[in-house]
Amino acid sequence: MNDGLQDLYREVILDHNRRPRNFRVIEGGRRHEGFNPLCGDRVTVYLKVEDGVVRDAAFEGQGCAIAKASASLMTEALKGLTVDEARKRFAEFQAMVTSPLESPVPDLGKLSVLAGVREFPTRVKCASLAWHTAKAALDGDDAPVSTE
Amino acid sequence: MSAKASAVESAAAVASLRDEFPILAIEAHGRRLAYLDNAATTQKPREVLDAIATYYTTQNANVHRGVHLLSERATEVFEGARATVADFFNAASAKEIIFTRNATEGINLVAASWGGANLTAGDEVLISAMEHHSNIVPWQLACQRTGAALKVIPIDDRGALDMEAFARLLTARTKIVAVSQLSNALGTINPVAEVVRAAHAAGAVVLVDGAQAAYHLPVDVRALGVDFYVATGHKLYGPTGIGVLYGREALLDAMPPYQGGGDMIASVTFERSTWNSLPHKFEAGTPHIEGAAGLGAAVKFIRRIGFDRITAHERELLAYATAAVSEVPGVRLVGTAPDKASILSFVMGDIHPHDIGTVVDRAGVAIRTGHHCAQPVMARFGIPATARASLAMYNTREDVDQLVAALHDVRRMFA
Repeated sequence: MNDGLQDLYREVILDHNRRPRNFRVIEGGRRHEGFNPLCGDRVTVYLKVEDGVVRDAAFEGQGCAIAKASASLMTEALKGLTVDEARKRFAEFQAMVTSPLESPVPDLGKLSVLAGVREFPTRVKCASLAWHTAKAALDGDDAPVSTE
Repeated sequence: MSAKASAVESAAAVASLRDEFPILAIEAHGRRLAYLDNAATTQKPREVLDAIATYYTTQNANVHRGVHLLSERATEVFEGARATVADFFNAASAKEIIFTRNATEGINLVAASWGGANLTAGDEVLISAMEHHSNIVPWQLACQRTGAALKVIPIDDRGALDMEAFARLLTARTKIVAVSQLSNALGTINPVAEVVRAAHAAGAVVLVDGAQAAYHLPVDVRALGVDFYVATGHKLYGPTGIGVLYGREALLDAMPPYQGGGDMIASVTFERSTWNSLPHKFEAGTPHIEGAAGLGAAVKFIRRIGFDRITAHERELLAYATAAVSEVPGVRLVGTAPDKASILSFVMGDIHPHDIGTVVDRAGVAIRTGHHCAQPVMARFGIPATARASLAMYNTREDVDQLVAALHDVRRMFA
């Protein structure tokens, strides 16, 4: 199997694709939709924010393994962060997936497994969709999100 | 080589045909390239590349203007290509061939010009449920402008046109029927001649979208009886940016211009302008001259190879590919109409087509994944996207075998 493929489809990603975590609705919290019309990836992100802290995070939607695993890992990563920390994590994640291939992979815990998308420029938008959608939910934006 | 003698191409014959396409020799991710994305665009034979180079090295000038040598040569190349294309589609005259940017622009031209002059509230435009967005959206725009209504002929679970529903939907209100000859998402071949006969009997004109058909099947616009036919150069083994609109002369003559500018006028004053004759009335501005040169060479190339050989080879290969891909566990074909060509659309369990596309790409296999600009087709089958392998004259069993091996990689990875 091709090395680049193994970097992209790491075991953690395949696992989160098979068994997405927090794949559910949160009633009464913030809700935002992301949609990439060209490829059809669709995600709804739910956040429960209380006292400036993300108490719960979940998602629903359909998409490729990268989009699904990224959303799943994101919901785990955001839970318990303050809103400011969550925004910072978004920025760090974006910086990682859009950084040049030769630059070192930052330590973002489990999220670092998604650095493999750097080798696949057409798939960066898949990894980013849930994050941009969560950012819009944090910021209280109204407009639907797309990363295409 | 006669069709009878070569129902199946010999390996040597296809190898020598492949040699005419320089790009097929490149590697993709260190692997042999298996190019199976022909429905998106085909690769170009050396004759086409040479025609473009020759144009710029010995013939380049603007057309229909100068009296100098190069302008005469450029005009000869451009109008020569038009005559070649007219002959390829068996148009009655080269005046019936309008050069456009692509098939999409041809449909937009007809929807805007013919539609603007002929559609009104209470009229109906009839399309099919398998159309590419390019044969949907221009009609939606025309309907919005004129008050006409858009009606859709349904397709069955195999992806075949529902001809009984067509007969019901075709009424005195129907002014135009616009259908594809070969569906880009499903591979269905539509019974165009039958559609034309019924539509004409009901007093409607017919536009056929031949973007996918024209490089797989011989097209005779007069035998089919179509009123308008559109095709695109880059799928006919020619360059991008050049397309063809065929229209019956009487219809084109009666239609108002689509765009205004140079070349399309007979005379201009600030009070009024008058229009040039066909086909120039519909070709405003400096055209894609090198594109026409390349397209002329491309259709000559297709003729040299011959549709007898092309269709026999592609039919045999599609049957082989259909059987081989179907055997991969989890694969379900989307588009199984009895009459189809060259296109194999499929899904694989709950594995997303983009993941399939990325994995097979690394094995050197180029396929298309997504909705194929046919979202209503995806909605009809209740899926967001498919993976699509599409064949051309130069594909081989080796290409198909490489795809099938890569699909087994996909299955193992996402199991």
